[in-house]
Amino acid sequence: MRRKMYEKEISACSIFGAMNIEGERFTGEGVIKAIANMHLRGNGLGGGFAIYGLYPEYEYYYALHIMFRGNEGAKKETDALLNRSFDVVHDEEMPSGERANVPDPPLVWRYFVAPDKKGKDKLLSDDDYVVQKVMDINLRIENAHVFSSGKNMGVFKGVGYPEDVAEYFQLDSYRGHIWTAHGRFPTNTQGWWGGAHPFCILDWTVAHNGEISSYGTNRRYLEMFGYHCTLNTDSEVIAYAVDLLMRRQNLPMDVVAKIFAPPVWEAIEREEESKKILLAMLRRVYAPLLINGPFAVIIAHHGEMIGLTDRIRLRPLTAGVRGKMTYLSSEEAAIRLVSKKLDRAWTPNGGEPIVVSLDGGGRGEKVDEVIPFA
Amino acid sequence: MLREENEMVIDASGLTYKELNGLIRDRALSGAEKIFLRNVYGQRYIGTRLYSLTQTQNSSKPGTRIEIEVWGTPGNDLGAFLDGHRVVVHGNAQDGVGNTMNDGEIVVEGRAGDITGMSMRGGEVFIRDGVGYRGAVHMKEYLNKRPLLVIGGTAQDFLGEYMAGGVVVLLGLNATHSANFIGTGMHGGVIYIKGKVGKHQLGKEVGTFSLNEKDKKILEDCVGKFTEHFDVGIDQKDILHGDFIKILPVSKRPYGRVYTY
Amino acid sequence: MEGEEEKKWMKSYLLPEFIIERNEDRCIKCKVCERQCAFETHRYDEELDRMFSNEESCVGCQRCAVFCPTNALTVKPNQSAYRPNYSWTGERISDLTKQAETGAVLLTGSGNDRPYPIYWEHLLLNASQVTNPSIDPLREPMELRTFLGRKPDMLEAELMDDGEVRISTEMPPNVMVKTPILFSALSYGAISYQAFKSLAMAASEYGTLFNTGEGGLPKDLRKEYGKNAIVQCASGRFGVDLEYLNCSAAVEIKIGQGAKPGIGGHLPGEKVSCLIAETRMIPAGTDALSPAPQHDIYSIEDLSALIYALKEATNYEKPVSVKIAAVHNSAAIASGMVRAGADIIALDGLRGGTGAAPKMIRDNVGIPIELAISSVDERLREEGIRNRCSILAAGGMRCSADVVKAIALGADAVYIGTAALIAMGCTLCQKCYTGKCNWGICTQDPYLAKRINPDIASRRLTNLLRAWSMEIKEMLGGMGINAIESLRGNRDHLRGVGLQEWELEVLGVKGAGE
Repeated sequence: MRRKMYEKEISACSIFGAMNIEGERFTGEGVIKAIANMHLRGNGLGGGFAIYGLYPEYEYYYALHIMFRGNEGAKKETDALLNRSFDVVHDEEMPSGERANVPDPPLVWRYFVAPDKKGKDKLLSDDDYVVQKVMDINLRIENAHVFSSGKNMGVFKGVGYPEDVAEYFQLDSYRGHIWTAHGRFPTNTQGWWGGAHPFCILDWTVAHNGEISSYGTNRRYLEMFGYHCTLNTDSEVIAYAVDLLMRRQNLPMDVVAKIFAPPVWEAIEREEESKKILLAMLRRVYAPLLINGPFAVIIAHHGEMIGLTDRIRLRPLTAGVRGKMTYLSSEEAAIRLVSKKLDRAWTPNGGEPIVVSLDGGGRGEKVDEVIPFA
Repeated sequence: MLREENEMVIDASGLTYKELNGLIRDRALSGAEKIFLRNVYGQRYIGTRLYSLTQTQNSSKPGTRIEIEVWGTPGNDLGAFLDGHRVVVHGNAQDGVGNTMNDGEIVVEGRAGDITGMSMRGGEVFIRDGVGYRGAVHMKEYLNKRPLLVIGGTAQDFLGEYMAGGVVVLLGLNATHSANFIGTGMHGGVIYIKGKVGKHQLGKEVGTFSLNEKDKKILEDCVGKFTEHFDVGIDQKDILHGDFIKILPVSKRPYGRVYTY
Repeated sequence: MEGEEEKKWMKSYLLPEFIIERNEDRCIKCKVCERQCAFETHRYDEELDRMFSNEESCVGCQRCAVFCPTNALTVKPNQSAYRPNYSWTGERISDLTKQAETGAVLLTGSGNDRPYPIYWEHLLLNASQVTNPSIDPLREPMELRTFLGRKPDMLEAELMDDGEVRISTEMPPNVMVKTPILFSALSYGAISYQAFKSLAMAASEYGTLFNTGEGGLPKDLRKEYGKNAIVQCASGRFGVDLEYLNCSAAVEIKIGQGAKPGIGGHLPGEKVSCLIAETRMIPAGTDALSPAPQHDIYSIEDLSALIYALKEATNYEKPVSVKIAAVHNSAAIASGMVRAGADIIALDGLRGGTGAAPKMIRDNVGIPIELAISSVDERLREEGIRNRCSILAAGGMRCSADVVKAIALGADAVYIGTAALIAMGCTLCQKCYTGKCNWGICTQDPYLAKRINPDIASRRLTNLLRAWSMEIKEMLGGMGINAIESLRGNRDHLRGVGLQEWELEVLGVKGAGE
């Protein structure tokens, strides 16, 4: 009997996000420049990007980015699983630049697939089916890890500084209407390709800065719902929690923000009655999903980019708006580098989400009152 | 590029903080007293590496106070450990402005991030707009050193946490105060706030008091300097007119019953 | 007692358990010791003008030593011993001697004192360094508030046009405690009215709960303290009626107790005073017998029937707890209990206390609470039903670190019994069953019981809750956690030392350094 051993890497980080609220696709040049500007916050042991609106030609297919380590075995096994479970309409090795400064790049492959459900799997929604298969690959196939699994989007990540990872995956050739980016500073290991951010399940991605001191509680709660953390990084729980709450339980982002970063009880008690009841209910029911410890995250899915910090704001996050572009960043300077002039820039209160929606514009006016002249 | 005899411009584009601060130091050692920084994007510790300027052996003019003007967005820890120099930012600053500053002045024509004025022991920091979380955290005073932080707008939570000395002024211009835990753990110093602050917004170690003549004199002085630095469309008299409250710790040892015998 | 008859004509071969040393220079013959000892250990000899001690009757409760105004008394274990023998220890010889002299079952009180592994001592807590700031609980928010009861698997929420969020999920009843420490079941009858009231007062004052045990809740305490009471419904059904059930915060079905799994209870008739009779709703002076099983529960479906009967009786407004002794297959039993409708699972471990239990049972039946918490929590998670109940852990929480470790292993909150009794004065002499508690706790003798002043004893209890709560906050802060819910089941913050592989496996923790 071998004990279950969970590994958790700890890392400090930089995060950056940019979104065009009219859905126009743009290249990653600015985002790469911005995340590179926060070079100091990482240590070259992890960088990554999530791009939305990436594969319009395969819009209706799940795009699986899968990393393989070691010999051919993992890929063979994965291919067999994919062919059993999906119609694979196209697959190819991820184009990469040989000369980029990244250590030991694994084989990364992308597949465009449609679910081929059989038997009682037919009862599952396509999304649930894909989640199940992703978990199968991550849990059961040694040396295979699914980087991303959404439609018309993709995650590119690896060991190295984010600008090097961008170069390796030749990201200058891609366009998207949302880009999020992450530079990593793992403290206790060499860092590995699977541990880089953003984390992804379906089209949900999470780029996270901080350490989650509630990781054990969060992880064990999510296991009850079929999510298994296999990427050795605490940030993974946020991606699964978002999928559980927003996709499967259909909760709005404002509610999810209050689950991840709830107000303290004293503040809840000062609220008017209906809000008090709501907030208290959320804390009771979703107590195991309170994300404790310092965090700033950029969460994205199709049509939406969300910034959130922990309830006592132990990690920084600044937002900036210029015309139809909205930016989220660990540091304001990185935003200014991309957009010297901003219509406004502000830092949200701890636990107050900034929700940027297609056409909807950024929400966060309430915060703007707090920081005047910004 | 030389403007006047003792003025110098540095283009920070593409420079790491180490390169930039090295240049600032070189220029200062070679006699520049006013240094203009252009295109600053996130370089940290501006003003920090100037300690020996005030020391006899390294400077042509011992005790020189350098003035640095920043265009762009300086990185974290602007003016950390600053010892007597002056830094002006034409724009916003990030986290850690004036961290453990000993003497000098920092003026930010915009807003500043978290932990502004953290552990300041001396000198003055003026922020035109608002500040983030934990402003003036653990600010302290010693003998004749009494740090000052003046904020034109408002602050986010935990302003004055652990504050042990010094003066914080929060003017609340065009802002409402929604911060909680103001002065939590405060055991020295004073915070003046203009505008409404509820009891629940304060830490349990502090109380509010009305101003006496001495307080009014301090405020007049602080606000005078503030309006000198910034044009906020309202003059000193009008700022001073209105209700200020004073926040003081109610006990120097609020944790008497924490430990058993 | 059966043995009493025999004692009269047979010389006892027992050695005194304690030796009393009286410093004659200090003794002022004030007779405080004589008055304080219900076991009649001290005696004043008028002729000799001197105090004498009858050590055979001394139980080592230290009441006389504490109350001696001149500190003239020292009570210590009798050092004179039989020949050392690893197998036939002094205790074994004494016990055997007692049985030879009485022909009776060995009775004892308090919790198991045998040297079984105490896993708390083999679990170490984590603290933040560098990558995560530790939090200062004195100056930043640090939340211990805990809700006990069933939680829905999810909330159905809808964002309305006006920005309001509407929740359509019905919330099961929960009860809130301000600190995750509750007082264990200590029944009126087992303990004095004064001690019982002290627990009620302290729970109410601090915002937590006390447990009535199975002896009912005196009517005069219901209005003020009912809302802080978990009322028990046990095999004897003493004092159980609708008013009792409905005045409470929660209802608990007692199946078993850690100190005596599978064993019932017996309150002898001489202890059944008028008030106890009224509270238990039985005639004064009659024996109050608690059968070993609940005779309407012979199987899991019967448990469900009783749970729902109690929910009906309380209009579904109160969580229903089911308390079991931690035994070999607790995990499977707990799973069945949750499915049967239990909102709270109370687990009482091997070291749980009692007013009276057969010594062989107390010392040899059950499993340590640490392992039980862990296996029950893990089993409920594997089945995806962990959030449908709260876990209350009892039996051997000696300090706040034990509480933190219990919660990290998976408990929602803990019950403390022995610790609360010690706060009121108990010194664990283990003679609870004699009814002669010199500290006024475990007795119905009015002369002894009035030694507990509820105002003072409840203050001692709230002080204990306050001190432990502060310590818990310190430990949480060190781990970089500012709400207790983020510790619950968070075994990543525990590491084992000196444990074997199977123990680490059951506890679900890594070894230190791993």
